[in-house]
Amino acid sequence: MASQGASPSLLFRLHIDGTLLIFLILLMIIGQAILYSASGESDALIQRQAIRLGIAFIVMLLIAQISPDTMCRWSPLLFIIGTIMLIAVLLVGTKVLGAQRWLNLGLFRFQPSEMMKLAVPMMLAAYLSKRHIPPRNKHLFIALIILLLPVVLIAKQPDLGTSLLVSSAGLFVIFMAGVSWHIIFGFIFAGIAFTIPMWLFLMRDYQRQRVLTMLNPDSDPLGSGYHIIQSKIAIGSGGDFGKGWLNGTQSHLEFLPERHTDFIFSVFAEEFGFSGVLILLTVYLLVIFRGIYITMQAQGTFSRLLGSSIILTFLIYIFVNIGMVSGILPVVGVPLPMVSYGGTSIVTLMAGFGILMSIHTHRKLLAH
Amino acid sequence: MAYKQHLKDHFIEQRMFYNRSIVAIVFTLILFLILAFRLFFLQIMQYDYFATLSQNNRVSVQPIPPTRGLIYDRNGIILAENLPSYTLQITPEQTTDIDALLKDISALVNLRDIDIKKFKKEVQRKRRFEGIPLRFRLSDKEVAIVSVNLHRLPGVEIKAQLTRYYPYGKETAHIVGYVGRINEQELKSLPVTNYRGTNHTGKLGIEKSYEALLHGQVGHEKVETNVRGRILRVLERSNPVPGDDLYLNIDIKLQQVAIKAFENKRGALVAIDPANGQVLAMVSMPDYDANLFVNGIDTKSYNELNTSWERPLFNRTVLGSYPPGSTMKPFYALAGLELNVIQLDHSIFCPGYYQLKGKAHKYRDWKKWGHGKTDIKKSIVQSCDVFYYDLAVQMGIDKMHKYMSYFGFGQYTDIDIVGEHSGLMPSRKWKKRVRKQVWFPGETVIAGIGQGYVLVTPVQLALATATLANGGQHFQPQLVSSIQRKDDALPRQILPQLIHNINITRPENWLKIYESMQAVIHSRRGTARRLNKPDLRYKIAGKTGTAQVFSVAQDASYNEDELEERLKDHAIFMSFAPANNPKIAIAVIIENGGHGGAVAAPIAGQVIEAYLSQFSDAQLRSSIPPKTTVKTGLPSDIKKPSSNTHKEHSHG
Repeated sequence: MASQGASPSLLFRLHIDGTLLIFLILLMIIGQAILYSASGESDALIQRQAIRLGIAFIVMLLIAQISPDTMCRWSPLLFIIGTIMLIAVLLVGTKVLGAQRWLNLGLFRFQPSEMMKLAVPMMLAAYLSKRHIPPRNKHLFIALIILLLPVVLIAKQPDLGTSLLVSSAGLFVIFMAGVSWHIIFGFIFAGIAFTIPMWLFLMRDYQRQRVLTMLNPDSDPLGSGYHIIQSKIAIGSGGDFGKGWLNGTQSHLEFLPERHTDFIFSVFAEEFGFSGVLILLTVYLLVIFRGIYITMQAQGTFSRLLGSSIILTFLIYIFVNIGMVSGILPVVGVPLPMVSYGGTSIVTLMAGFGILMSIHTHRKLLAH
Repeated sequence: MAYKQHLKDHFIEQRMFYNRSIVAIVFTLILFLILAFRLFFLQIMQYDYFATLSQNNRVSVQPIPPTRGLIYDRNGIILAENLPSYTLQITPEQTTDIDALLKDISALVNLRDIDIKKFKKEVQRKRRFEGIPLRFRLSDKEVAIVSVNLHRLPGVEIKAQLTRYYPYGKETAHIVGYVGRINEQELKSLPVTNYRGTNHTGKLGIEKSYEALLHGQVGHEKVETNVRGRILRVLERSNPVPGDDLYLNIDIKLQQVAIKAFENKRGALVAIDPANGQVLAMVSMPDYDANLFVNGIDTKSYNELNTSWERPLFNRTVLGSYPPGSTMKPFYALAGLELNVIQLDHSIFCPGYYQLKGKAHKYRDWKKWGHGKTDIKKSIVQSCDVFYYDLAVQMGIDKMHKYMSYFGFGQYTDIDIVGEHSGLMPSRKWKKRVRKQVWFPGETVIAGIGQGYVLVTPVQLALATATLANGGQHFQPQLVSSIQRKDDALPRQILPQLIHNINITRPENWLKIYESMQAVIHSRRGTARRLNKPDLRYKIAGKTGTAQVFSVAQDASYNEDELEERLKDHAIFMSFAPANNPKIAIAVIIENGGHGGAVAAPIAGQVIEAYLSQFSDAQLRSSIPPKTTVKTGLPSDIKKPSSNTHKEHSHG
């Protein structure tokens, strides 16, 4: 195949999409710069994050080599293993900060819910791509069960942020598979109806508290609303051009909690202002558009469904994180993708981009 | 036809997918517009409002570390206290060149390499506007010198703090232990919020095992700061809750008597109150000064302590495993009687050696020409080995193992400091499991005189002696007697924890052992007769022991004199007094000390004398003989009345 037509570039032969790669590297650079400031100029933290980025990059590279057909074949197995591990976490998992998310595998600790961010859309894409498109009601019902099982298991850990991301990843697959708008709107109304029992039975007290203070953060300025108020002050005081790199006062005076993880956007907005925010949003937008472009070019239903789900979940990351630190969404633990400090989420994200690159570079070059 | 249908489906699918992709693009744009508008609203439209808030936002919450609980001995003498001390700290943000600054400071005060090393490590870890301690415990002179020069040392501060101090640092190092600066590993396991502002945590001994009680609850202070983070005014304060004070069962005066009696010998002594398991004295020699460790010991001193062949850092009382030798004999004799293997009138003829049936090997008695006709009493008083070779073979190792475990041999004592060895009381099962070998009869023979595989820790031997002395009540040894919480009017007493009761088949058996052990001291041929002084107000019961040292630890350096010294036998002595009303049970082990009666017994004698001097003659005299609990037969299995956790109750 490669011998036909103009010989593909080196990057293409390595199964890498150069355009996407440039945007991702740009995000990583911005991330490292702001992390340096948020951590109080800690070299050690930057080094650790650099190592993680390196690992994530290698993971992306490896996954890009696997063809979408192979991924499709392995999806059910991956999903079953992931689900079993989720059950294992609830039974024998390690508790960190009150939530049971980790599985101790002797050598290292593993967070199965992180893997499910990819395994769930893969499973759904594999299932629906082999059925009639758009899916019949029976298939839709089975797909929803496939989705609901891991989401409930993750929500029970409790990990609201991840269960939100996993369920949106799954719903995007179903949406892209062409479910009729009637059904979609039907589910939205049903979802509203479902929220009430979820609020009453499934959510933990601290999650309810978070939602309540989101609706009115000023009601609890020193308790749970404190984070959002301080975060808004940091963002707002950034103004048009910001206070300058390393010069954020709010973020440096310990007013901001979790400065280098979930709340890193506040530091960014304070130091680089609205203009900086627009640049960051633009880079994110470019990543998403490139992703959608890749899926529109994609061959095969599996590739299309999975690719769009991955890129739209990336959108949800951004929207939920920035929405929460700027006070329009409740505080759920969702990191700012590619920028927040932390190991597992960055590996999952880059693995997702690896899949997108694989989709783009494994196309069969047909004569048009 | 089907092909055509397929193509059509494919085309519909493609169209549908394109439509949905357009929806996705619109969806993305809407979400981004929402974010952009929200941020525009915050950063541009409400900029003035938030900028003002940010300017005024100088209220920060600072932790106030709690004061650590104090530790007292049983008479209220303070063993661990907090003294005010001055710490020199640097805020990196306010300095330009840290290395130059350190050089300037070292010209004024003495800085050790370890101070600088630890400081630099923390600079990496903490945020740049946080003060990082460089030197603890500045002298008054150093405080004065630094204060005068503060104007040319940007970022340097002198802070008054409380530092842990052990007035009896050497005497209590192996009991109280010490606190040290929190290291990275501990940082992960300690509760983060409660340790904000705390620099030290318990590393060893009581300080470590009671860390949760001693530490207390952190308080908070809302302060107004300037833009750089310096405190201008305190707005609000929630006071920390100080840690609980602990009262120990240890009598520091008695501890000092014991240490003095050791002179410069190596070994361990544990004294326990048989009535309740309270630990009265616990000595491991040589010792070291715990105060050295509080603010980081320098490498040279540490290496000296750590590599010394005398091993001062090694807590022999709970970690030292020694062959108990002849001190096991009273326990074996009791086992033989209670298990009906021998009767009170049992006697053997000792020719100076023992042979297993059909074997040529001779197991020697320490007395070459033998003890002649030997009954139970004589076997204990003169420590006849052959009597016990024979008894062990009659009993068998498994019965020995079972009965000895009633006294806690081979088992953790659950003393309330972290880290102890279990010693070893061998059995067939144990050998099969651990050594993957069958048990040889010859091993039973030597186990009969407390040699071979048998190993005890000094605290085990003292506890077993206490259990023997009080008629079979096996307590958990306790160092802490009560906990004084700040809000409580009276301290909460920790109740004695009875682990189990040993069933008594016939009280006469126990009395026989007591009588024989008393004769070890108070008869003409007793091995510890030198303790028998005419003016003694009480009788002592005891047993000497001399344990062979089989091998020398393979250390790097030794000289010949040293080696010879280290091949000498361990001297052991266990005893309780008064013999008919025991108030103290004691075990002494002197490493390479030679004979137990000559070396270990006098030390025990001095401690007993010092402790019993507080009691009147009447208090010493009353007598409680052991009572029968089971009429006949083997003692049934041990009942555990409670778990080994500490139970507290409020008293008063």
